[in-house]
Amino acid sequence: MLSRTAENLYWMARYLERAETMARLIEVGARMHLMPDTADGYRSEWESILHASGTAEGFDRKYGEAVERNIVSYLFFDRENPSSVASCLSSARENARIVRTALTLPVWDALNSAYQELKQIQRTPRSDLEIGDLTEWTNKQTALVQGTMAATLLRNDGYDFLNIGYHLERADNTARLMDVKYYVLLPDADYVGSGLDNYQWMTLLRAMQMHRSFHHAYGGEITPRKIVDLLILNPACPRSLHTAVQGATDHLHRLSRSYGSTTEAQTKVRGLLGELAETQVSDIFDEGLHEFLERFVGDVAAVGSEVSRTYLGGSRA
Amino acid sequence: MQGQMAISYFNEMYQGGEIRAPYSRLEGWQREMPSELRSLKQAEAEALFRRIGITFAVYGEGGDPDRLIPFDMFPRVFTHLEWLKLERGIKQRARALNAFLCDVYGGGEIVKAGKIPGKLVYQNEAYEKSVAGIKPPRGVYSHIVGIDLVRTGPDEFFVLEDNCRTPSGVSYMLENREIMMRMFPELFRQNRIAPVESYPEVLRRTLASVAPAKCDREPTVVILTPGHFNSAYYEHSFLADLMGVELVEGQDLFVEGDFVWMRTTEGPQKVDVIYRRIDDAFLDPLCFRPDSMLGIPGLMNVYRSGGVAIASAPGAGVADDKAIYTFVPDMVRFYLGEEPILKNVPTWQCAKDDDRGHVLDNLAELVVKEVHGSGGYGMLIGPRATKDEIALFRQKIEEAPENYIAQPTLALSTCPTFVEEGIAPRHVDLRPYCLVGDRVELVPGGLTRVALNEGSLVVNSSQGGGVKDTWVLAE
Repeated sequence: MLSRTAENLYWMARYLERAETMARLIEVGARMHLMPDTADGYRSEWESILHASGTAEGFDRKYGEAVERNIVSYLFFDRENPSSVASCLSSARENARIVRTALTLPVWDALNSAYQELKQIQRTPRSDLEIGDLTEWTNKQTALVQGTMAATLLRNDGYDFLNIGYHLERADNTARLMDVKYYVLLPDADYVGSGLDNYQWMTLLRAMQMHRSFHHAYGGEITPRKIVDLLILNPACPRSLHTAVQGATDHLHRLSRSYGSTTEAQTKVRGLLGELAETQVSDIFDEGLHEFLERFVGDVAAVGSEVSRTYLGGSRA
Repeated sequence: MQGQMAISYFNEMYQGGEIRAPYSRLEGWQREMPSELRSLKQAEAEALFRRIGITFAVYGEGGDPDRLIPFDMFPRVFTHLEWLKLERGIKQRARALNAFLCDVYGGGEIVKAGKIPGKLVYQNEAYEKSVAGIKPPRGVYSHIVGIDLVRTGPDEFFVLEDNCRTPSGVSYMLENREIMMRMFPELFRQNRIAPVESYPEVLRRTLASVAPAKCDREPTVVILTPGHFNSAYYEHSFLADLMGVELVEGQDLFVEGDFVWMRTTEGPQKVDVIYRRIDDAFLDPLCFRPDSMLGIPGLMNVYRSGGVAIASAPGAGVADDKAIYTFVPDMVRFYLGEEPILKNVPTWQCAKDDDRGHVLDNLAELVVKEVHGSGGYGMLIGPRATKDEIALFRQKIEEAPENYIAQPTLALSTCPTFVEEGIAPRHVDLRPYCLVGDRVELVPGGLTRVALNEGSLVVNSSQGGGVKDTWVLAE
C-alpha cells in the first residue's frame, strides 16, 4: 500500500484516540473540580489537566488564568490548540478524507457525521452546553467510529497501520491520564493515601470507564497499588499500558509476516512489551510513578518514530 | 419588436401544452408529491451528499470549504433514439479529436492540406513541442473526452466545447444516480432507465488498454491528484476507489532507471499508466514549471522512452482550445471521411478582421468568451449585460482581439426544476464522458448542469449552477 496512505491511516487513528482522551481529561477535571475547596498549596485541578495534556503553555499564552470555562473552551473547542477535541476530530477526518479509498463507507460516514455534528455544537451557545454532554458526545462518536472500523474494515496492512497508531496513542494517553495525579498532588506528599487521594484515583478510574471493572478485578479497598497494577500491568484491562503495547506488538508482527521481513520497529516494540511483562508494581513505585510514566511515554514515542521511518517514508527497499 | 424580443426556449418536458413522451411518467410523480415531502426529500438529498462527502470548493471564493453543488431532484430525460444519435456524434467527435492530436504531433497532414492554419496549431500555448514525434500507446492522446452539449430544439444539439484534458464532474453523474435510486426507487421501477454504474470499470479497462508495450503483466494504473486541497479531490478519490487503483500525489512517485515507481510500505512498485488530474505544466518540474511541487522529476523522460503511459497525454490540450474548436467539423471530414453528426455553435474569431467587425457591431446580442478562460469566468452575455459591461468588453477585444471569440446567444433548452414556488423551467446543458482506448465507449448518461437562477444561462457551479440526474430511457 502507498506509504502516504499508511501514514494517513496511522494518524487518523491516533487523532481519534487523542480526541477521546481529551474528552476524558475534561471529565476528570470537571469531577475533581466538584470536590470541596482544596487547601492552599494545591495546584488547581484544572491546571493539572493542562499539564498532563501538554497544553499548559499554549493556554497560558492565550488566557493566563485557569478558569473552568476558558479551559473547557481551550481543550474542547479551540482550533488553535492542536490537541483540542475539535482539532483532533478535524485532523482525524482530514486524514480520513485523504484516504477515503482505504476506508469503508460506514467508517467515513461515522467520522464525517461526527465532524458535521461538531460544527453544529460549535454554533450552539455555550450556556446551553453541559460539560458532561460534551464529553459523553465525544466518547459516543469515537466509539461509533471504532465500531465501524472493527465491523467493516478489511484485515489488511492498512488495518494494521491503523491499529498500530491507535494502540501507540492509547499507550501514550493512558500514561498521561495517570500522570494527572502527579501534577495534582505534587506539592505535598502528605496527602498520599488520604481520602482526597482516593477520591482522585476513583475519578481517574471513572473517566476511563474502569471503576466497575476495578471492583470486578480486585475488590476491596481502592489502593494506588491496585490501580497502578490495573492501568499499567494488567493485560485484562483494555486501557492498560500492557494491553496497548501488546496490541501495537501484535499488529507490527502481522505486518512483518505479510511483508516477509522484520525491522527495528518490531524489535523496539517487543523490547518494551518484554519490560512491561517483567515489571512489578513495587518496581514502579521504587522508580517513582511519575518518572516511570515519563520514561514510558518516551519509549512509546521511540516506537512511533521507528514505525514512521520504516514504513511511512516509502524509502524501504 | 426591437431589443425586447422574447426568445422562445425549447422546454424538454412541455411542448405546446403537451407532455413530451420521455417525461410522461414524471408529470404524475411531481404533481402528486406533497410540498412537505418535497422539502423533506430535498433535505434528505443534501444530508446524503454531505455524509458521502461530495463537496466542491471554489478557489478564491472563501466561505464554506465544504460547500455542496446544489442537486435538483427533477431528472433530465433522453429517449433511446435521441441518445443513439448523440452517442454516434460524440464518439465520432472523440475519434476525430484524437486523430487530430496524432497528426499535429506527427506529420501535420491537416495543416499541409490547408484545412487548419499552422499558426493556430503550432504557436498555440497548449501545443507541447516537447512531445512532438512521440506516439502514445494506441495513438490515443485524450482518453476521457468530455463534450459539452446544449440543446435548442427537439433535434437541435450543439457542441459548446470539447474537454480533452481532464474533464471533471463524472462523480456527480454517478452519485446523482445513486441518490435518486435511494430516494425514489418507484421511479426506477416505472421507467426503464439505462444504468451508468459501469463507468468506473470501463474507465479502468480503457486505461489498462493503453499501457506501454514494455509492460508485460497486468498493468498498474494510478490516479495522480494535486492533493486533498484541490476542489475536485473528492472525485479523484471516488474514482480511485471504484476502479480499485491507488490515488497518488507527486510525492508518492519517483523515477528510477527507465520507469516510474510509487512508494509503498513494502518498497517501490512500478507504475504503468498514470491517469493524471493535474495540468501539463505541473507534471515534471525538470521539463515544465521548475517550481512545481505537484509533479515527478524525470517523468517526461520515462514517458518519451515508452516506460509509462499518461492519460491524457501531455499536449492533448491543443485539441480543446477554443480557437481550434471551430475546425473540429473539418477534422471529422478530413480524418474520418464522414459528415459531422454534431454541430458546432457558429463562432467568430475576434482575431480575424471581418469577424471582429461583426462582433463589435453586435455585442449586445452575442456571447463573448476568453479563448483560454473556463468556468464561466471572463465571459460576456450580450443580451443580459449592462451598457458598461459591453463597453468594457469592447475595449478588451480591441486591446487583445486574439484572446476572444464570440458566439450567438443560444436559446438553451429548459428542463422542469424544483424551485421555491414549485416547478419552473431552468436552462440546462449536458456533459457526457467518452472513453477512448482500444475501443471508444460511452455510458448512457452524463452530467446535466442547470442554471438555478431564473433566466440565467450560466450553468457553472461556481456561479449558481446545480446538477441533475440524467436519464437515458432503454429501448
